[in-house]
Amino acid sequence: MIWLAWRQFRGAAAMMAAALVVLTAVLALSGPDLAAQYSEGITDCTRSGDCTGFFDRFFDEHQTPFMAITLIVLVLPGLVGLFWGAPLIARELEAGTHLLVWNQSVTRTRWLAVKLTLAGVASMAAAGLCSLAVTWWSGPLDRSAAAGFGLMDPVVFGARGIVPMAYAAFAFVLGVTVGMLVRRTLPAMAVTLALFAAVQVAMPLLVRPHLLPPVSATFELGRENVDSFGMPPGGSPRVLLEDAIPGHTGAWVLSTRLVDPSGRPVGADAGGAVVPVSVTSGPCALEARPEQGEAGLDPCLAEINRLGYRQQATYQPFERFWPFQWIETGLYAALSLGLTGFCFWWIGRRLS
Amino acid sequence: MTSVLLAQGLGKKYGKRWALRECTIDIPAGHVVGLVGPNGAGKTTLLKLAGGQLTPTTGSITVLGGPPTSGPAQLAKVGFVAQDTPTYAGLTVAEHLRLGARLNPGWDAAFARDRIERLGLDPAQRAGKLSGGQRAQLALTLGLAKRPELLILDEPVAALDPLARREFMQGLMEAVAEHELSVVLSSHLVSDLERTCDYLIVLAGSRVQIAGEVEDLLATHHRLTGPRRDPDRLPADQHVVSAGHTDRQSTFIIRTEGPIHDPAWTVGQITLEDLVLAYMDERTPAHRRPALEVQR
Repeated sequence: MIWLAWRQFRGAAAMMAAALVVLTAVLALSGPDLAAQYSEGITDCTRSGDCTGFFDRFFDEHQTPFMAITLIVLVLPGLVGLFWGAPLIARELEAGTHLLVWNQSVTRTRWLAVKLTLAGVASMAAAGLCSLAVTWWSGPLDRSAAAGFGLMDPVVFGARGIVPMAYAAFAFVLGVTVGMLVRRTLPAMAVTLALFAAVQVAMPLLVRPHLLPPVSATFELGRENVDSFGMPPGGSPRVLLEDAIPGHTGAWVLSTRLVDPSGRPVGADAGGAVVPVSVTSGPCALEARPEQGEAGLDPCLAEINRLGYRQQATYQPFERFWPFQWIETGLYAALSLGLTGFCFWWIGRRLS
Repeated sequence: MTSVLLAQGLGKKYGKRWALRECTIDIPAGHVVGLVGPNGAGKTTLLKLAGGQLTPTTGSITVLGGPPTSGPAQLAKVGFVAQDTPTYAGLTVAEHLRLGARLNPGWDAAFARDRIERLGLDPAQRAGKLSGGQRAQLALTLGLAKRPELLILDEPVAALDPLARREFMQGLMEAVAEHELSVVLSSHLVSDLERTCDYLIVLAGSRVQIAGEVEDLLATHHRLTGPRRDPDRLPADQHVVSAGHTDRQSTFIIRTEGPIHDPAWTVGQITLEDLVLAYMDERTPAHRRPALEVQR
């Protein structure tokens, strides 16, 4: 049985292996150079004291390959579900070959078990290997990532560590299940894609923020959490907050807003939160600005802080990256096992 | 004599529709059984129940003394060639034989190789490139080489041209003679079965209409032609299978164990085809008349 399963699967496996070899080769060749650039940059910037600038520049320079490989890891499980999972049984049902193989001296439970194990393990191995290579390669970039592209942020979280493996297992079994129910390859692929995409969108939006209770806290305004600070002529200062928290680099910010000294949210317009501070006298007065540009507004920002305006944020701290990886892997593993059980029940009872 | 297939009140329901019901048959071993009936009569359902691909909704079925779904040992005893003789299009002929060898403990590799050679199939050829007849032969080879005690074939020749049909049936008969196995094969054409089967089951309207050895069936069925008469006035031991009337004349096909004494009748032999057609039409007498008049 293993021979047959392998014979049917080897073409797909060879293609995947070739793609992975190319990917790992490219990453292995460029990775050490990237790491060297990073450590060089770090040595320089610790001497000069401005590492934020270096991080921004470094990440900017490599953002395209960073996004590309992240995307590969995100898409790979979907492809596995689509091209390995959905046709696994559906193609046999469509061609009628299940009737040929079920009438050899092998029970269909065993047939399914061998097919599922072989392709399932291959799916997980492919996704695991891919994620491992990418996680290693993008290490320096993950350490210098701009807000929104940190390890905890949804785009990147799903493309690092061990979760891609669980995604692949889930997508694969989902494809198999759908294929068994739909019994036709192409519709099964379409349904698998739609379902898997829906789950992958719902997970970071609805489930992951609550895997552990998020932390809520208030922070002073500063360069790290203020995206833009503007003073329109004759109006109050506008503060636009960034999805970042001072002192908690890499945290996944779920919500952020400006609150006044009594803790009520400050009304906002397109330019940001409108801070009702005096613009006729004091640090925020127009004539108090010695020069143009961002630095000129620092005294005004300090004044706003002094008055008690704060950033109120709920977030998942960066330290929860690995706990989240494990929890989410567990969730997907449970889903996959459930679907696998269903497949065995269905093939034994309902399918013919 | 042991039974190859024993069914008691067997029924299978898909949703609200019965594909097969109240099927009670006992097929003794050593026969080539023809299962005949119109399309949709439940032939495939009965065969799939026997092969263990379906589980019955009601009743019970045992094949070669065991339940069809009981596991690998049972699977090894029963060969099954499915409708349209499916094969893996991407696998070569040789790989199909390898598949058979890997998946069947009782695989007869020498027989399989010989048979492929005799058929003139190229082992390196992909099954997808074979003609319909060659593919059917390959599927039959797989079914035979696992050395089953019972071989089930579901409409094996339905898609084949007349020549391929005859070659397939010849190949099957040679193998049956060589290996002493029981065979159940279905068809919606009596002509496919006439020369090969010595046992017949007629399935129509998801019920078994009649089952028995061909010899007995032909000996107990007669065509009676005579003056017009109501079927109720026939003797009690004469079961009317079909009746046809013109203004002055009646024609009956009857089943009876006893002799026919009434001198008013001209008693005629019937062919297997007449018999099958008579039973297939039993549920719809309105449609029966033209068919009988054509035969006259």
